Parts: sequence; structure tokens; C-alpha cells
Amino acid sequence: MADMATGRTTATTATAATRTLGIVTLVGVAWLIVSGLLVSPADVNQGESVRILYLHAPSAWVAYLAFVVTAGASALYLFTKKHSLGWDRLAGASAEIGVLFMAVTLVVGMLWGRLTWGVFWRWDARLTTTAFLFVTYIGYLAVRRLGGTPEQRARRSGVLALLAVLEIPLVHFSVKLWRGLHQDATVLRPNGDVKLDGFMLFTLIFGVAVFTLMYVWLVLHRQRTLTAEDLLDDVGLEIAIAERRGESRPPDLAADVPRSDRPRPDITVGF
Amino acid sequence: MTWWRTAWLIARRDLLVEWRSRVALNQVFPFAGIVMVMFGFAIDDTRLMESIAPGLVMVATMFSLLVLVQRSFALESEDGALDALRTAGVSSSALFWGKSIALAAQLAALQALLIVLAVVLYGSSVRPAGAPLLVATWLSGSWGLATVGTLYGGLAAGARGRETLLPLLLLPVVAPVLIGATRAVEAALGARGTVVDGWPWMGLVAVFAVVFCVGGTLAFGPLIEE
Amino acid sequence: MDTVADGADAAKGADPVGAVAPADPVVVLDDAVAVLGRFPALAGISITVHRGEIVWLRGPNGAGKTTLLRLCAGLLPLARGTGRVLGCDLATERDRLRPLVGVLGHRNGLYLDLTVAENVAFWGDTVGAAATEVAAALERLGLADRLALLPVRRLSAGQQRRTAIACLIARRAELWLLDEPHSGLDAAGRDDVDALLRQAAASGATVMVASHEYERAGPLATAVFDIRGGTVMGTAGGSVTAGAVASPRDAGRDR
Repeated sequence: MADMATGRTTATTATAATRTLGIVTLVGVAWLIVSGLLVSPADVNQGESVRILYLHAPSAWVAYLAFVVTAGASALYLFTKKHSLGWDRLAGASAEIGVLFMAVTLVVGMLWGRLTWGVFWRWDARLTTTAFLFVTYIGYLAVRRLGGTPEQRARRSGVLALLAVLEIPLVHFSVKLWRGLHQDATVLRPNGDVKLDGFMLFTLIFGVAVFTLMYVWLVLHRQRTLTAEDLLDDVGLEIAIAERRGESRPPDLAADVPRSDRPRPDITVGF
Repeated sequence: MTWWRTAWLIARRDLLVEWRSRVALNQVFPFAGIVMVMFGFAIDDTRLMESIAPGLVMVATMFSLLVLVQRSFALESEDGALDALRTAGVSSSALFWGKSIALAAQLAALQALLIVLAVVLYGSSVRPAGAPLLVATWLSGSWGLATVGTLYGGLAAGARGRETLLPLLLLPVVAPVLIGATRAVEAALGARGTVVDGWPWMGLVAVFAVVFCVGGTLAFGPLIEE
Repeated sequence: MDTVADGADAAKGADPVGAVAPADPVVVLDDAVAVLGRFPALAGISITVHRGEIVWLRGPNGAGKTTLLRLCAGLLPLARGTGRVLGCDLATERDRLRPLVGVLGHRNGLYLDLTVAENVAFWGDTVGAAATEVAAALERLGLADRLALLPVRRLSAGQQRRTAIACLIARRAELWLLDEPHSGLDAAGRDDVDALLRQAAASGATVMVASHEYERAGPLATAVFDIRGGTVMGTAGGSVTAGAVASPRDAGRDR
């Protein structure tokens, strides 16, 4: 955040990199919409409703990617000597974006199920695990909001993220074993009936790539906003400290309580 | 003061407090019993109930787990003892094991009660061949739930606004135990499947117990730290 | 993981983990800031406490006295500044510090359903104290015989306070941190506490007391810090210089 360092009072989370990335992503999304909705063929079995797959599968992919990034960044925060808070903020940003994509995955998955098989919810391993991941991350975000210093927040949520790495595979494995008891696995698998080859496969992979770019763009901005929030808290703390020290002054000097001389930054989220 | 002695000291103290105050006995156990009865009201189909009895037992266990965990940490902050315990320089892993052992003992007693209630209220019966499976699931389930409960309970204890986090954090995590233990108990009680089918499920519960035993030992310290 | 055992050995002088030479400072805080949530309870405090001193922390409610005690106990992290207590860096070595410290907070830290003897024995056990030491602590606080076998819940507030102090003795701490130790005690109890603290200081421990009991803490203290707004003011009261260390040993005896 170069602007912050020079002390200028306006700053934006956008940089040349995010602008380029944003434009590329937008173009990619446009192309994806066109090819997903119009150009790619309908499925033999499912008809037009297979197009939801182009939204569902990439969302699911990003949701799990976000989860891995959160866990990795948490590990880097906890186990590197420097304990740099940047990793913690990356973990937090990724978790927030991840929750968003998990919600999308779940809703779209339910819609697709309804359209194709008439049921909103199928107790299959993937959907159920995603639902668990969703709730786990809501808990993670709640723990991040408990307050305290950034280091306390980072330590608590970092440990929680690593515990999630232990528990999510366990949950997935349990649910898979469980559904194995019920022989509906082959009938109701999300893309079990869909023959994916040729242009459809390409569109799907392209969708995954575009969504990944979207994820990166969102995380970059969110992480910078979080950095700004932390810096703001820092400045707020300085002001609070100055005011607190002002309590120790005799009343007539209270008017001269020194304010922090760092300017209150004005952050805008850019493109 | 060895690590084992410390852990034992903590476990003994927790159980002693429970023995004196009888809170779990007088409040939590009746609560679990009421939950079992309420399932009866809600479901109202004796044949159905007999076949889903293991599931109801495990759900009642999960609810009671929340209460027991909160109690386990409430007795620390009742008189500001959590601070004192942290100052004592008690190793956090010993503290974790001590509290988990005490909690596991209470859970085991609770689950035994619930199985008895299932036999009485829902007409379940224990197959002789299923008894070892039942015991194994009972023990590993109690230990797994106790370790994971102590771990997340430690995080949720303390500051205001944290206690309500416990259900949100804990219930998703215990899903493997719910799935595995229910299937194993179903097999043991003859509600569904053969006893042989049940052992892999008990294995799942055992794996869970080991994972969180190790994970909890490492993670408990950082989580209760201020 | 024998940190507790190590700490106990240090207290006996066997192996100098956390031990400091007689003239060395036991507590050194430099512009320390400690936050509770977002609030800077300590807003840049600088103090030095030497071994064997009995330090009185004086100040209005909300000044940060309790937070200062908890910081020195290693219970709170430092948000800004530096600090060393008993040779342990407050930024990185808080867990090494804790076994060496004894804290008596607002609340007693007792298990209400256990008896007096069980409580004191528990805390003594955590540092490996022998049964005789536990008995001696109970004796010292007038809690032996009948009272020792009662559950703490059934004692009066003053008796509970005594129990908490007995637990503190059983811990053989090098640094005693007490928050309103006289509260709830009758005159005899307060005399006991004063004598105890003097004895502790005489035998090499260092004592920090936060108290509103001016008549008690004044004669007891060898040094006074006025705390206000999370910082230290000079005892002179006139010019305010944040970070000023309070006047030395004789201040308490002026009363």
C-alpha cells in the first residue's frame, strides 16, 4: 500500500495488477456466459439444465481452493518465525470469499437437483461435505470477529483453520462411507449422467479458470481492505492511547490531549 | 511434578467437583432423559422408534455434550480459576488431557444411561454378539467426543459472547462420530445390519478419537491463551 | 514437559531459570501497552521494580492497576512496548514466566465445591509442594482443623479470601501479584496479610499490591506507583511525566 507509506490521505486497493486481472476476468466471464449459455451443446440426457454445471462446478472448485488457501496461509502465519500478519489477512480474505462461493455452490447445486431430479437436496458426499465446510467457515469467521489484538485473532483463527483441515476430510470420508450404504450413488451423482467431452469439457475447464481468476481478484482486494482495516485499528489504538493518557492530566490541560499525527486514511476499494 | 501426575490431578479435581456438586447427575442426565422422552412424543411410532433408537441416543448425546462442556469450563471461570490455572504454569497439554479424561468419564456414564433408556423406552435390545461392539463404540465415542469437546470448549470459554459459539463450532465437527457411532450401535442392537458390518463404523469413531486426541493436545494451548 | 518442576527448582535456587541477582530489577516495563478488546487499559507504562520490594499500586478505579498485575503475571500479551519479568521476555516467554508468579485477583480462583484443604493441596501440588508445606500454609492462615474440611462454598467471604492466600503461599512464587488482598478480611486477617507480605519480601520474593486501603498499604509499601489513565504518574502529584518512576522506598513511610 504505497500510498499509506507516504502518508497521503487517500488510498485505493486497486493497482495495475488488479486492473489487468479484473479486465481479463470480465472478458473471461463474458465469454463463459456466451459459450455456456449459447454455444455449447445441450446434454443428451439432461437437456438445457446441464448448463448449470458451468456455474456449479467452478464455484465448488473455488470454494475448496479458498479453503486450502486459508489453511495454508494460517499454517504460514503460525509456523514461520516472522508471524507476519499478512498471512493471517490472506487467510481471512480467502475464507470470506470462500464462504461466498460455497453458498453459491450449495444454492446452485440445489437448483440443479430440483431441475434435473426433482429434489432440492441429495445426501451425496460432495454436497454434504460442502455444507459442512460452509458451516465450519461461518464458525471460523465468527471466531475472527471475537476481538482483541490482530495477533490474538490470527492465532485463534489460524489454529481453527488447521483443525478444519483435520476435520473436513474426516467428515467427507464419513459421509462417503455412509452414502455407500445406500445404492443411489451412481444414479444421483451430479455429473454422472453427463458425457463431458469436446466443447462442453473445454467450457467447463475454461469456467474453472475464469472463476479462479475471479477468486484471485476478489481475494486481492479483500486482503488489502483487511490490511487497511488493521492499519485503521492501529491508528485508532494510537488515538485511544493518547486519550487514555489524557485521563492522567489535570482537567485544565485535558483540552490539549495530543492527537496522533498520522492522518486518518481514506480508503476506497478500487477495480 | 510429572506430566501424567498433573493430568491426573486435573481429572481428579474435575470429577471431585462433579461428585460434590452433582450437577451433571442432577441436571444434565435428566435433561438427556427428557430429550429421549420427547423424541417419543414427536415420533410416535413404536416400530419406527426401535429402528431409529441408536440415532436418537446419539443426538441426545450431542446435545448433552454441549451442556457438559460448558459446565466443564464454567467451573473454571466460576471464581476466576481459569486465570489461576493459566498462571499455575500447568502445561496446557496436561490440562487438556485432564479435562478430557474427566469429561469422557461423564460422557460414558451418560451414554450408558441413554442406552438403558433406549432399551426401556424404545424397546431396543442388545444382541449378545453385539456387546463387544457396543462397548468398543461406547468407549471410543466417549473419548473422541470428550477430546473434541474440551478443545472447542476451551476456545469458547472465557469472554462474554463466546459461549454461544460452542454449538456452532462443535456440532459440525462431531458429525463423523454421529455417523459412525450410530451405525455401529445399530449393528450392535440389531436395528440394522449385522454385527460384522458394524465394526468398520466403530473404526471410524476410533480414528476420529485418535485424530482429535493428537490435534487437541497440540492445539489446546494456543486456543486458551489470551 | 517439566516447566513447572523447573520453576519450582528455581525457587529453591537450584537452577537459575528466571532467577535474578539481588540487585537486579524483577520487573522492567518500557512504554508497555496492553489492550482489553480495543481499549488500551495500559497506555504506555514504564516501571522498574527491584527484588525484595513491596510495591503499592495506587490509583482510581479503571486506572489499569488490575491489567498491570495481569500483564506482569504473563496472562496478557503486550500490544506495544517491551517488558521483562523475572528474566522472561513478555513478548515471547510468557509461559516460562507463569510458574514463577503467584496471583491473587479480585475473585479467589477457588473451586467452590472442594474443601479448603483440597484447594490448597491442589495449588501446592501444581508446583510439587510437600504435604507439610500445604499444612503449614493452612496453619499460617488460621485454616487448619475444622475449617480445612469444609467446602469453600460454605465459608464466609473473608475465610475464602484467606484460603486464596493460603493457595498463594503454597505456590512458592518469586513474584507476588495481589489485587485488593485485604478486601473481605477482618482486622486480624489484615494484620496477617501484612505480616505475610513482609515475610515474603524478606525471604527474597517481590510483592506488587494494588489496593485502595491507604492505611494498610502505605506503611507496608517500600515503593509507590500512582497509576492513572494506564500510565504512571509521579507520586509528587504535580508535574505529569508519563513514564516517570515513582519515588523510591521512603514514600510509603511518609504516612
